[in-house]
Amino acid sequence: MTPPPVTIVDSERPAPWAIAPDVPLALRGLTVAYRATPALWNVDWDAPAGAMSAIVGPNGAGKSTLLKSVLGLVPTLAGEVRVFGAPLAKARGDVAYVPQRNAVDWDFPASALDVVAMGLYGRIGWCRPVRRRHREAARARLAEVGMADLADRQIGELSGGQQQRVFIARALAQQARLVMLDEPFAGVDAATEHALVTVLRGLAATGVAVVAVHHDLATLADTFDHALLLNVRRIAAGPVSEVLTEEALQRAYGGRLAPTQLRALARAV
Amino acid sequence: MPTVAAFITVDLPALVLAICACLACGLTGNFLVLRRQALVGDAMSHVVLPGIVVAWLVAGTIDSLAMMAGGLLAALLATGLIAAVRHLARLEAGAAMGVVFTAMFAIGVVLIERSAARDVHLDTTHALMGALELALWLGPTGWGDALAAKNLAALPREVVTLAAVALTTAALVALFFKELRLTTFDTGLATALGYRPRLVGGAVMAWTAIVAVAAFDAVGSILPIAMFICPAATARMLTDRLGRQIWASAAIAVLAAAGGYFAAAFAPLWTGGTASLNAAGMIAVVAGAMQVAAMLFAPRHGALARALARRRPVAAG
Repeated sequence: MTPPPVTIVDSERPAPWAIAPDVPLALRGLTVAYRATPALWNVDWDAPAGAMSAIVGPNGAGKSTLLKSVLGLVPTLAGEVRVFGAPLAKARGDVAYVPQRNAVDWDFPASALDVVAMGLYGRIGWCRPVRRRHREAARARLAEVGMADLADRQIGELSGGQQQRVFIARALAQQARLVMLDEPFAGVDAATEHALVTVLRGLAATGVAVVAVHHDLATLADTFDHALLLNVRRIAAGPVSEVLTEEALQRAYGGRLAPTQLRALARAV
Repeated sequence: MPTVAAFITVDLPALVLAICACLACGLTGNFLVLRRQALVGDAMSHVVLPGIVVAWLVAGTIDSLAMMAGGLLAALLATGLIAAVRHLARLEAGAAMGVVFTAMFAIGVVLIERSAARDVHLDTTHALMGALELALWLGPTGWGDALAAKNLAALPREVVTLAAVALTTAALVALFFKELRLTTFDTGLATALGYRPRLVGGAVMAWTAIVAVAAFDAVGSILPIAMFICPAATARMLTDRLGRQIWASAAIAVLAAAGGYFAAAFAPLWTGGTASLNAAGMIAVVAGAMQVAAMLFAPRHGALARALARRRPVAAG
């Protein structure tokens, strides 16, 4: 397994192993491989608190893999993941995850309220039942995302945007300080995307770090404050305007973006 | 109709066995179906056979504890073999299970044929259909003395075993309802919240094996296969909430057991036949019929309701 020979010039690259306890998510040398193919190679990144961060890059860049390795759902080969300065095992309660829509069994016999209440299970504990006060708390979280009327609807009968809001409400119920979303805007219309962004912005305003895998470079600057541009390796990271340079994009997408696309993106920023 | 004493001696133990077997399988089946592991119930019901036969050959008795141990060891062996076949032959889980459980069941059948096991009530018909009718409660002469201590002690042992398994299944589902729901729906969140989805998944598999072994002696392997799937699948058609689905699956399991048993035991006599039908087979037929009825006529998810829902906007417009 030999890494591609790329020298990374990156002003914002964090100093190795210097992880402050107030950094919501810190990656140091994170390396993940599926069989002999590296999915992530030696990635360093700090996600800022109280901001919306995007993980962007071409297909197969390791965006979803990064989220999953942070959550401990795929094993890491090397490197470290710290959540608020602690290893994941000690910080699970601080992390909420909104899965990709196609990773959810929408036929499952559960209402919107049932799913949001699952966010409270960590605090309820083994073998203790979900009580009325838990259901009321879950209902309040649904109301925060404008879904109070649909609490008893089976999840498969909700629209794509409503389904995303249910999972965001579940993240609210978890009271996590780091919320990670895998392609939250995939397959939803522009109006719904706007509504979801409003909810997530409100969340970030309370100091929560919102980290989302995002595939649409055109809307990146409108929605996110911070970005990690990824193609197995870290290509660039920082404020969106600094990340979306022609050179970095060309490096991440390996010439797959036409010059006109690059210029349009540069203008958007 | 039989006399009260005959009913209590012959029909009651068989009926209780059938209800307990169906209840244990039906409750467990909810989680197999929702985890898309319905084939596990099928596999477990088959692989216990060689374990039970070997246990009989080793221990020399048809003691239920020895059988339980043999069946569980076979289930454990099967789990390992399925993993090995998946890995070595690069087969998907369903195919690997199919290879292992059919082979192990066949070994069990061959063992029965080649050993003296066929002299006791272990034979291939029993392996498929069970021996519900062989459980006799000798002692009580009427309802009045049925609860007397000496008569309770005379309850057939398989009735006691299966009743305990059914009650334990219900207790486990009630106690771990939240854990089962979370790990079945979202392993990612379950892991993140410290709920050990692999442990819970393994426990579901192990419990499936225990239920399959316990049910095997009384009702064979056909009925558990049907009851692991039908009540849960039928109940899913009737409701969109997990709690209600589980209650409904329990009710359906009991209804199928009682309905199937009475249909097998008495209907042939009323219609001029001379012998009863096999009860385990009839219960599976009733469960299948209930599934078909639910698929067609369930309030919201049935074919009829969906066809009407499609027509309504057209009629209104």
